[in-house]
Amino acid sequence: MTSLKRRSFLKGTAAGAVVAVAAASGMLQPTRVLAAQWPQDAFGADTMTDALKTLHGTDGPADNGDIQLIAPLQAENGAKVPVKVQTTLADVESIDILVSKNARPLAGHATFPNAHGFFSTRIKMAESSDVHAVVKAGGKLYQTKMTIKVTVGGCGG
Amino acid sequence: MSRNMKLRTRTQEGQVELLVLINHPMETGQRTDTATKEKIPAHFIQHVAVALNGKTVATADLSTAISENPLLGFRLKDAKEGDMLKVTWDDNQGEKGEMEKAVSL
Repeated sequence: MTSLKRRSFLKGTAAGAVVAVAAASGMLQPTRVLAAQWPQDAFGADTMTDALKTLHGTDGPADNGDIQLIAPLQAENGAKVPVKVQTTLADVESIDILVSKNARPLAGHATFPNAHGFFSTRIKMAESSDVHAVVKAGGKLYQTKMTIKVTVGGCGG
Repeated sequence: MSRNMKLRTRTQEGQVELLVLINHPMETGQRTDTATKEKIPAHFIQHVAVALNGKTVATADLSTAISENPLLGFRLKDAKEGDMLKVTWDDNQGEKGEMEKAVSL
């Protein structure tokens, strides 16, 4: 049955070609080259203290009024809570946003090789919780926090 | 696969603000597909980098706690009209994206 053999041969070749193209475009690489740069342990930490210790080598940042954390007191949608952090502290290196009641509190970590100490994003909150903004400036950690009430949780199921 | 991305620059409080919007599910890995009863694997942007005139000026490492279709805001230093911005991102499944745009205020 030549036609069957021909079809399976062609199928094999086509599949082979797809694999070749995929391999060439890097889609088959098992590990991501940049995986090492993403702070996996900090994002996997289940307490704020551990997340901060892993990220910065220290926890317990000092409370500081020079950090503005702007977010709604009550979130209409826990899946999309807008949070803005800005600070007038000098030499800002990074801003972290942590949600104390999330299973893994660290939500985001922004760094500023050459930008203002400002970071805004939208976060998911499983339930009403304190949201903390931790700023590293001049080598030291500072923080501020606010309580955000969530009526509908944000983890979607 | 390339996902939709939007970059917008504007003046805010005397500073140049950059807004980055990336179409991305930011799947937590906790949700269950109601049809297959299987957990939908985590799929989220891990790293975003902002370069101004070829130099990285800001980065953001994100987790699954960042909302779907991440909208990120940064405030740039020394950015003038016409300066070249390039934003790149990569996610936990090996997907990447990038976009370039001139600062326009």
